[in-house]
Amino acid sequence: MKTMFQTLLATAILALPMAANAAGAAGALPASGANVNDVGSLQRGAKLYTNYCLGCHSAEYVRYNRLAEDLELGEDLVMKNLVFSDAKIGDPMAIAMEADDAERWFGKAPPDLTLIGRSRGADWVYNYLLSFYRDEHGAWNNTVLQNAAMPHVMWKLQGIQKPIYETHTEDGIEVRTITHLELETPGTMSPAEYQDAARDLAAFLEYTSEPAMLKRKHIGVWVMLYLALFALIAYLLKAEYWRDVH
Amino acid sequence: MSKPASGLARQATAFMNWMDERLPVTKFWDDHLAKYYAPKNFNFWYFMGSLALVVLVNQIVTGIFLTMHYKPSAAEAFASVEYIMRDVDWGWLIRYMHSTGASFFFIVIYLHMFRSLLYGSHRKPREMIWVFGMLLYLLLMAEAFFGYVLPWGQMSYWGAQVIINLFGAIPAIGEPLTEWIRGDYFISDATLNRFFALHVIALPLALCALVVLHLTALHEVGSNNPDGIDIKKVKDENGVPKDGIPFHPYYTVKDLFGVAMFLMVFAFVIFFWPDAGGLFLEHDNFVPANPLVTPEHIKPVWYFTPFYAILKAVPDKLMGVILMGVSVMVLFLLPWLDRSPVRSIRYKGAWYKFLVIMFAVAFVRLGMLGMAEGTPAQTIEMRVWTFVYFSFFVLLFFMSKNGKTKPVPERVTH
Amino acid sequence: MSADGVNKERRRFLLATTSAVGAVGAGLAAVPFISSWKPSARAQAVGAPVQVNVAKLGEGQLLKVQWRGQTIGILRRSKKNLDDLPSVDAKLRDPMSESSDQPAYIKGEPRALRPEYLVVNMHCTHLGCVPTLIPQVGPQPFEADWKGGFYCPCHKSKFDMAGRVYQGVPAPTNLVIPPYSFADDNTIIIGVNPEGAA
Repeated sequence: MKTMFQTLLATAILALPMAANAAGAAGALPASGANVNDVGSLQRGAKLYTNYCLGCHSAEYVRYNRLAEDLELGEDLVMKNLVFSDAKIGDPMAIAMEADDAERWFGKAPPDLTLIGRSRGADWVYNYLLSFYRDEHGAWNNTVLQNAAMPHVMWKLQGIQKPIYETHTEDGIEVRTITHLELETPGTMSPAEYQDAARDLAAFLEYTSEPAMLKRKHIGVWVMLYLALFALIAYLLKAEYWRDVH
Repeated sequence: MSKPASGLARQATAFMNWMDERLPVTKFWDDHLAKYYAPKNFNFWYFMGSLALVVLVNQIVTGIFLTMHYKPSAAEAFASVEYIMRDVDWGWLIRYMHSTGASFFFIVIYLHMFRSLLYGSHRKPREMIWVFGMLLYLLLMAEAFFGYVLPWGQMSYWGAQVIINLFGAIPAIGEPLTEWIRGDYFISDATLNRFFALHVIALPLALCALVVLHLTALHEVGSNNPDGIDIKKVKDENGVPKDGIPFHPYYTVKDLFGVAMFLMVFAFVIFFWPDAGGLFLEHDNFVPANPLVTPEHIKPVWYFTPFYAILKAVPDKLMGVILMGVSVMVLFLLPWLDRSPVRSIRYKGAWYKFLVIMFAVAFVRLGMLGMAEGTPAQTIEMRVWTFVYFSFFVLLFFMSKNGKTKPVPERVTH
Repeated sequence: MSADGVNKERRRFLLATTSAVGAVGAGLAAVPFISSWKPSARAQAVGAPVQVNVAKLGEGQLLKVQWRGQTIGILRRSKKNLDDLPSVDAKLRDPMSESSDQPAYIKGEPRALRPEYLVVNMHCTHLGCVPTLIPQVGPQPFEADWKGGFYCPCHKSKFDMAGRVYQGVPAPTNLVIPPYSFADDNTIIIGVNPEGAA
């Protein structure tokens, strides 16, 4: 009977991660392989971000000097290679555009991307960057986020992809879906190089979502070791006193 | 060597005597620790009470430090949380301790309540302990809800929207009531500001007061135990229950070990899995609150989802709200619904085991369905488990009186 | 239950060990909470060094800038001002600034890296008011033989043209000199020590 309740408890504990996965609902996007512990990848990602994204997308909670420290770059290197505005080293990664102007130009102000790695996830960012295409009317679109107002900023790197359609009839109505994208015009990068670039950017945005991530796991190991020691001593103390009871 | 020591001891005794004439320190210590006799057969489930206290302290301490940096205004709240996560030295740890603590509070409380179901801890004469415990649980839900609004992310905002609108289902006064709660025509700065006040001072004060009442009631009648028998019936010549042991040192050292084990799990989540895959910190809550854009999939945090599923299972707004309310309130009646002559599941028949397992499965399953997208098949399943959930209370009432029992031992089994 | 044959030694040892290890843990756990009160990254960014161009600052002029919420004055002194400094030494409490707050690289009566420019924290060392610069030489209501200096309107403390405090006033020490350095001939950086100086 005792085991029955232990089974019950175990079931409940097992159900938790299961439910967590359900809550995650990241969909079935291919994994990006982004690695936030790869400092080189983060550095390349930061470079890509400041060159291609920061024109429109701020990362307003990230300070340049934090990048200098966490990405092992040093303040001078950051000022020289990543700061293109008159920002100071302690400033956050802001954009020059006013929100009102942006709204007029794009219909919608480009969102801040500091936390995109937590709200959407690194895999989403990676797949989004790979999924731009130009339709037959010459307009940019994206299979991961349809009809977003965003052009493909890195098209020179990736080249231009075109959609391959498949048509089938559903309830008498012809439906056209995209099966996959095909590279029509090659860019300056090979597909593999571009995937690496997208992975670096995804890793960088995962890092910006939670800069403490780099540190907390290291600290966590020490905390766990300490608690294990404390638990052991506490157990010995308990066992010693409970000899009276048994 | 021994002379100054004994001199010191004499002075200490003198000081304690002086103090005891003015403040009953020794009496308090004896009544609640050194001479509070608890049954010696406590098992795993009996760690939960002290753990709940540990989590409460954790929430209060980390909460105090968070309020030092948090800004309760719609314009600044979201940014101030990120400020804590990045700019404040160790702010991320304090915030994770608080957010993880919220979820662990419910894990501990649910296990604590389930223990009661197993061993009949709510049964006579411990009804008031249960009632205070249920009030604590209700307040904790309110506290958690208000706290979840504070980061002012999309889930904070739209979760608050849904929960506050539940009150709108009340006929006649519903609409003005929701307006009064919000202090505006939509969820706004005014709402956030008052929820902050309730979260950081009003409810914590009430929670602490109720904890005192909960423990006072417990120490008046004494702790139950896995055998569900009364240890005070068999006493030795000194009037000490033969199956009782002083809470201090035996249970203080045991609970200390329990706390250490708990902290290992707690710390593991804080340092290695703080969002628990979107369960403890939801993905959409990392997007600032936007009254113009509703997230695709609104759901409350996991600890509310069993009741949320019951709400969703009913195709009528008012009925859904009523049924959800009843699903929580019916728990208050548990001490009177169970009419079995024995307390513990150990000496009840298979019928009770079956009921409890079905109830637990229904609760967990409802919780999972409550956070799911809500396909038609899931809606049907939610109705089934809602039925099972309520059946438990009805069947308990009718089956417990004459349900089979086993002979109860005189002394605790150890 | 029985207390016979209790190994008291072992019990005491385990109690002491648990308490010690627990106390260490509690102490370490307190560190994040105490550290969270330190100036945050934002406060540090706002309190970053301030660059001031002094090219246009005329003799006898005082330029006030904010650094870490403090009013910092940059006073360009004339040759006469500097020559007058030793003449008031006898009336001062701490003429050589031996018990006053200033960086190690600030020495002597002028209290400046370059005697011409006095860079000084303007807040009175008494209770934090900002004294007024009264550069005119000559009799003043509060001092018959005034050689120019700062006069605090709050509690009548007097300082000379190097921010040194007079005797018989409530302010205990000379005005504080913040860390600063010259980036080039005309640019002062407040908050950064000169290279090589700590």
